Amino acid sequence: MDFLNAIVALANFVIIPAVAYGSQLALGALGVTLIYGILRFSNFAHGDTMAFGTMVTILVTWWLQAQGITLGPLPTALLALPFGILGCMALLLLTDKLVYRFYREQKAKPMILVIVSTGVMFIMNGLVRLIIGPDDQRFADGERFIITAREFKQMTGLQEGLALKTTQGITVVTAVVVVALLFWFLNRTRTGKSMRAYSDNEDLALLSGINPERVVTYTWLIVAALATVAGTLYGLDKSYKPFVYFQLLLPIFASAIVGGLGSPIGAIAGGFVIAFSEVTITYAWKKVLGYLMPDSLAPDGLVQLLSTDYKFAVSFVILLIVLLFRPTGLFGGKSA
Amino acid sequence: MKKLLMASAAMALMAGAASAEEIKIGIILGFTGPIESLTPSMAAGAELAIKEVSDSGLLLDGATVSAVRADSTCIDAGAATAAAERLVTSDGVSGIMGADCSGVTSAILSNVAVPNGVVMISPSATSPALSSADDNGLFFRTAPSDARQGQVMSDILLEEGIKSVAVTYTNNDYGKGLADAFEAAYTAAGGTVTINAAHEDGKADYSAEVGALASAGGDRLVVAGYVDQGGSGIVRAALDSGAFDTFHFPDGMIGAKLEENFGDEIDGSTGQHPGTDSPGIAKFTEMVGDSFDATSPFTPESYDAAALMLMAMQAAGSSDSTVYKTKIMDVANAPGEKIYPGELAKALQIIKDGGDVDYVGATAVELIGAGESAGNYRQIVIEGGKVTTVKYR
Repeated sequence: MDFLNAIVALANFVIIPAVAYGSQLALGALGVTLIYGILRFSNFAHGDTMAFGTMVTILVTWWLQAQGITLGPLPTALLALPFGILGCMALLLLTDKLVYRFYREQKAKPMILVIVSTGVMFIMNGLVRLIIGPDDQRFADGERFIITAREFKQMTGLQEGLALKTTQGITVVTAVVVVALLFWFLNRTRTGKSMRAYSDNEDLALLSGINPERVVTYTWLIVAALATVAGTLYGLDKSYKPFVYFQLLLPIFASAIVGGLGSPIGAIAGGFVIAFSEVTITYAWKKVLGYLMPDSLAPDGLVQLLSTDYKFAVSFVILLIVLLFRPTGLFGGKSA
Repeated sequence: MKKLLMASAAMALMAGAASAEEIKIGIILGFTGPIESLTPSMAAGAELAIKEVSDSGLLLDGATVSAVRADSTCIDAGAATAAAERLVTSDGVSGIMGADCSGVTSAILSNVAVPNGVVMISPSATSPALSSADDNGLFFRTAPSDARQGQVMSDILLEEGIKSVAVTYTNNDYGKGLADAFEAAYTAAGGTVTINAAHEDGKADYSAEVGALASAGGDRLVVAGYVDQGGSGIVRAALDSGAFDTFHFPDGMIGAKLEENFGDEIDGSTGQHPGTDSPGIAKFTEMVGDSFDATSPFTPESYDAAALMLMAMQAAGSSDSTVYKTKIMDVANAPGEKIYPGELAKALQIIKDGGDVDYVGATAVELIGAGESAGNYRQIVIEGGKVTTVKYR
């Protein structure tokens, strides 16, 4: 019984939140890694791209809600998601046409493109704040829980409750579907293969007749979809505030670099590594150990490695360790 | 140059010779910055008291009183010091009503008020650190110290039979001061604080923080944060994960937003915030009418701060800070005739006739210790999703 209690407490406070957060980070990191692999620069505007796509989703969600259209127990935002993706695609293609194409034709160095993307970041950031404002926005509706802590306790008779939010369930399911689609696209379709070829060796790809502009356009479209899905899931599960998305840039980049920039599978692994380490290192293990150990050995202190204040430091420490010992990341992407 | 000096000296002499003195009171509040929405009605409250006294013509044989405003910015100690310096040296104020936020208040106190020997009464600085500030007896406040709130919180929880709590606070001077004051009072009275952890405002996700709080355990979670900031995020995450069902909320968490965000999900939670059932506040609200918002936080405290300062001058027979600073405690506390808002003329007359007053004012002022409000708190409980008053203490 105590063992079960320990497992449930751990699942409730560590595993479930970390899996949901990890899925969100993984989707964000996939976008960063695709741009790095194919367009060959670190896109600092990615956090704000997510914010923009989510904003369009939110506006459409509100419109749908006003029309009385809902998805029953599921959040209406899922219905609005395709519109958000379309809006985000339009924005990214426009930025590419207005900004990035110019530098690509000049064969600009990656560092210049990084600075350019920082400029784009500020403009997108301003655009989002101008349209929806800097405040918190709530747009989640439908059933809030798949199972609440109280129901779980009554059902099982355990001391510890286990809560599973609808948004956490949706996050994981959607992430799995999106990642499966992405890998199918990259490995099985002609366009996907040409993207990978372009990423592996640009000159060889050009010689074999791959149209670079087409590859670039497809990359932006996929990135827009990934960013909007990641942003919407994060906003549904937590809350939507433009500044928070800007801050998300750091853990997302940490995930992508830890996994190996340019490696899609690494981005996913990196997302989960960062999410789990942030949560487990700052978790106080007192309760779990209290259940597992005999009473005489039960800890008095909190058994917390680091206070939660240092949550963000954790991703950086991992980032530093990985860069020191495996500069190309866990899954051997391109050197960061 | 000589002529100019002569002229100004003559002017000064003439001014001094005039029978009725003209007294200036500095009002230094954050008219710009994070609490700029509160300060206009605070200043209006102080100016109401000043006008009331000035119009009565009873202060120091018909002295007139006027207010000079200055901007404390609430957060920029340098700018606040410069503004206070201007009030003292160029405007020649006889006392300062302010400042508002605890940080700038201690900066002005040590850099301007103490060196120049000017009395300062703050309506809203609540940091416990100010109680022990080196002030030469010049600093007072009509707001209670958070050390007092920590004590009240501890009393409420122990009376409810809660012996062990987890504490989380917003990571700034207010949150840390309050959480520490509470922990000291609660453990001294036999309670246990299982964890005292900070949270940052403006984050989207508090599951890691709540995970640590839940693991530490406790019968109730004390959230010393802001309702429209991270405080609500913590409560939301704690409810969602089933970590805590009931909470205890200090002043920063109590507001309309709390009912709106959580409704009956937090039934049974308790809290307290500054408040009084004294008849003074009703009189103050009635007197103010529609001219400004009398119920806005710290507005009645501002009225009381200015009124206390002027009555102390009357009691000392002088507008010199070094003289009247000793009289402030006398007029604020018993014995004497109780004085409510709108009765300042009556009070001045009583003092003039040699009587004693006990200023109650809008917030039931009772100065204790080094000259700070004893503090009256409204104890609340959440019932059916509504904040309901239990009692006042």
